Amino acid sequence: MPNKIEIIKGKCTGCGLCIKSCPFGAIMLVDRDEPLGKIKKIAVIDVLKCNFCGACVEACKKYGAIIIEKEQVEDTLKKIYADYKGVWVYAEQRNNEISPVVYELLNEGGVLAEKLKVELSAVFIGHNIEQSAQELIYHGANKVYVIDDILFKDFQDDPYSEILARLVKEEKPEIVLFGASNIGRSFASRVAAKIKAGLTADCTGLDICPDTKNLLQTRPAFGGNIMATILTPQHRPQMSTVRHKVFKKAQRDTSRKGEIVRKKFDLTGIKNRTKFIEFVRDTSARVNLAEADIIVSGGRGLGKPEGFKLIEEFAGVIGGAVGASRAAVDSGWIPYSHQVGQTGRTVAPKIYIACGISGQIQHLVGMVSSDIIVAINRDKEAPMMKIASFALEGDLYEVIPCIINELKSA
Amino acid sequence: MNIIVCIKQVPATTNVQIDDKTCTLKREGVESIINPFDEYAVEEGVRLKEKLGGKVTVISMGPPQAESALRETLSRGADEAVLVTDRAFAGADTLATSYTLAMAIRTVGQFDLIICGKQASDGDTAQVGPGIAEALDIAHVSYVRKIEQTTNKLDNPADNCMRVERMMEDGYDIVEVPLPALITVVKDINTPRLPSLKGMMAAKKAQIPHWNAEKINADKSRIGLSGSPTWVKKIFYPPPRKGGDMLSGEPQELAKKLVDKLRELKVI
Repeated sequence: MPNKIEIIKGKCTGCGLCIKSCPFGAIMLVDRDEPLGKIKKIAVIDVLKCNFCGACVEACKKYGAIIIEKEQVEDTLKKIYADYKGVWVYAEQRNNEISPVVYELLNEGGVLAEKLKVELSAVFIGHNIEQSAQELIYHGANKVYVIDDILFKDFQDDPYSEILARLVKEEKPEIVLFGASNIGRSFASRVAAKIKAGLTADCTGLDICPDTKNLLQTRPAFGGNIMATILTPQHRPQMSTVRHKVFKKAQRDTSRKGEIVRKKFDLTGIKNRTKFIEFVRDTSARVNLAEADIIVSGGRGLGKPEGFKLIEEFAGVIGGAVGASRAAVDSGWIPYSHQVGQTGRTVAPKIYIACGISGQIQHLVGMVSSDIIVAINRDKEAPMMKIASFALEGDLYEVIPCIINELKSA
Repeated sequence: MNIIVCIKQVPATTNVQIDDKTCTLKREGVESIINPFDEYAVEEGVRLKEKLGGKVTVISMGPPQAESALRETLSRGADEAVLVTDRAFAGADTLATSYTLAMAIRTVGQFDLIICGKQASDGDTAQVGPGIAEALDIAHVSYVRKIEQTTNKLDNPADNCMRVERMMEDGYDIVEVPLPALITVVKDINTPRLPSLKGMMAAKKAQIPHWNAEKINADKSRIGLSGSPTWVKKIFYPPPRKGGDMLSGEPQELAKKLVDKLRELKVI
């Protein structure tokens, strides 16, 4: 039996709720051939666009005007899904240092696992990493899969994605979370393509749908001007990369117990096409914008490259990283790795301090979700001053030294 | 060196509106441009060609009007362009898009390097580049900020490789990748040139073929909505950001007010 969806003419009130609920734009209102009392409109469904997801049926609960009959595939799918259990967090590490976003994922992953009443596991890939696996348990993992081999000493997309794909196929988790770091976004895409799973990028909100138990993934698009909630209803696992600093870190609790599972795979013939040569640390200090709680950024208003000396001093005293607007980067005052905004990095620290940055939309989209925004600018009409939590009207070369003194004085 | 560059046409502004009636994005009347990151990809392809010889073919998947974006890349030095367009592609997520572009690349034929921008400014996913590489079973390096060296000898293609710098959060990795490969590039890699007059003339006259699902031999179950595991359930505006306190006064005063406020909030 093929899928069927139908509008019951006698029940449709022409309210249009179903239209808003339809993810595929498959429903519209048209004039009724014969009005039903005062009701002149009726909803019609374009079956070519319809994906039979049932969102409209849900929206029309009150009137019950839409009925859907799905083919048996749905039940078969449910049986397949039943094999997929548990929430996984990919525990990103470099040089045996666990990336801070992992602890945030363990916290949020724990919340999801609780809602689903399943286990929370971490996947830890690297070389000579086992001594750190316990840390993941202290932060909430019930189980840690450790894959330890010289092959995984440095991050490379080929072997990392291949081994994770194998582990997913073998263990069948229902959800896999990655940090939306350069590493996470690069190789999660490759894993998803390998196993043909759905992957949602750069999520800022995660939840479980109480009815379907699907993962609801909310993420910004169009540089944060639009938010979208994404579902992976017919595939498992559901995979997401998650933005840094959105979720709180899990508390470390050394009384937590968990299981460490050493996974052995036959690694002969595993692809490893790229060759890692070396890592070169950014010598311009204070650059890790993704992990920073406080960012001090400089823009065109600095007027000269030396201005960043003051910004760096400010960042040093307040304990933050140094950011920059595109104008400052394009003027050659500071390397691109510091650029915040549409063509740079997106950040969401606790405090973002914009010094001499007017706040063009391309910059705002990269930092507007910061908790507190401080703007220092001579022009109180600048867009940044309008959205700032605290807008300081003044010459930054006069104001910043005073702030530094004030910070040092306590 | 045969280079393929993948581009996307995106709205010129990220300040897009939601249509109240259909709850989808308003597309009409919004000017379109080449995704800003893809301009660096096109430029890098053209520079490599100028240095090593060969050809740059630009591919885009999109509606028929995306042809204008392709034409623009021709005015900036690309040699050929192909538009992959079919109503059956509509609703594709990153997995279906990666597959579709990979099939189109197979149809183009032999290549040494594929270049993509690091992400598109509308979807912001950064997933399609690595997805294409996986679908073609070639190596990829994301977030490339510099190509240090390219070895591309016709007599010994098995040894051909590239040494690139991959941007990380706190520095960069130096990575060697064998060709053929795919890289995604960040803004740091170059400064795109403006269209040349000669380029514009050539672009105007160029024939840009349109390829549909059949032409690229696409499996119907892997394209468009049916090939997309992820669905957009709803879109909405984020809560608007309200302004806060405007502080004015002498620098000393301003500094004290700010630091007091931040201490009050216990954030420093």
